Amino acid sequence: MEQIVEWIRQPWPWYVAGPLIGLTVPALLIIGNKSFGISSSLRHVCAACMPANIPFFQYDWKKEIWNILFVVGIFLGGLIASLFLSNPDAIVIAASTQQDLSELGIADFNSLLPADIFSWANLFSLKGLFFFVIGGFLVGFGTRYAGGCTSGHAIMGISNLQWPSLLATIFFMAGGFVMTHLFLPLIMSWVGF
Amino acid sequence: MKVIEKKSNNPIECEAPNMRETGESKWKLLRYLIVGVLFGIVFVKAEVISWFRIQEMFRLQSFFMYGVIGSAILVGIISIQLIKRLGIKTLEGEPIKIADKEFRKGQVIGGFLFGLGWALTGACPGPLFAQIGSGFSVVLVTLLSAIAGTWVYGRFADKLPN
Repeated sequence: MEQIVEWIRQPWPWYVAGPLIGLTVPALLIIGNKSFGISSSLRHVCAACMPANIPFFQYDWKKEIWNILFVVGIFLGGLIASLFLSNPDAIVIAASTQQDLSELGIADFNSLLPADIFSWANLFSLKGLFFFVIGGFLVGFGTRYAGGCTSGHAIMGISNLQWPSLLATIFFMAGGFVMTHLFLPLIMSWVGF
Repeated sequence: MKVIEKKSNNPIECEAPNMRETGESKWKLLRYLIVGVLFGIVFVKAEVISWFRIQEMFRLQSFFMYGVIGSAILVGIISIQLIKRLGIKTLEGEPIKIADKEFRKGQVIGGFLFGLGWALTGACPGPLFAQIGSGFSVVLVTLLSAIAGTWVYGRFADKLPN
């Protein structure tokens, strides 16, 4: 038993995590005819809390309450994993990535997210403005404009052999490459790293 | 905005519409919470919610995220093919239906904008929830901003090229 717990506490390899994530697709379909998708939950929150007579938010969001429960579950899963199953050691990342990020000014490589960026102290600073406010806005605006995110398009859509989803995924990746290689160095130096 | 004709009288449907024909009791809805919990645990344990893993991916310095997403898609493709070919039904015996995704310009423009945000925040919408749950409470601000971004898209959806 201890060995099992020990194994669970270690970071899981991609060939365990990937198939488990993929199994979410048939699980949701078989449980209740639900297509896997997460960014829709943000739309349901808008429709429920501030529809403001906008046609895009005029639909029966209560019918999609399962999606809200699903993301609440993801939050709880994060809580459970970090409280009871967490890896006591620092995250291991590629040496080349660590070197690149060190050069950009990241110093904390202990946890899943660097404390240099992701701390409340940065909220009312340029760091917070870019990494939380602008970054979050782009995620919410972009996914809705694209009609889905990594789950709805890259996993669910491509799994169902939908070419618009493949196209969307290509542009998700393109945006990520452009941000990482063109804008991130500029932003990092501008916000004070 | 395309209006999908359905039995219900909702003027607008979601991109990932709920295809279930009958309603679900509160207890049955809890099943989605449980799937979400399992999913969130996988997210944290495989470290896919890590800003560093996303940086590795976009710097092409690790195979890890490509392995995760690639094998997830492979399992998804096989599962959907099995469901379609074997005519597998839901637990309540309904035929499984999956809506097609239709091409829109948003998949290009919006997809690119999301990609920019993905590399900044190190998270797509799913991992945002798991990051908050695993103790990075400041990501709540990112989530609120993502909700604001969704709202702004909805507000101007009819004025954007699509």
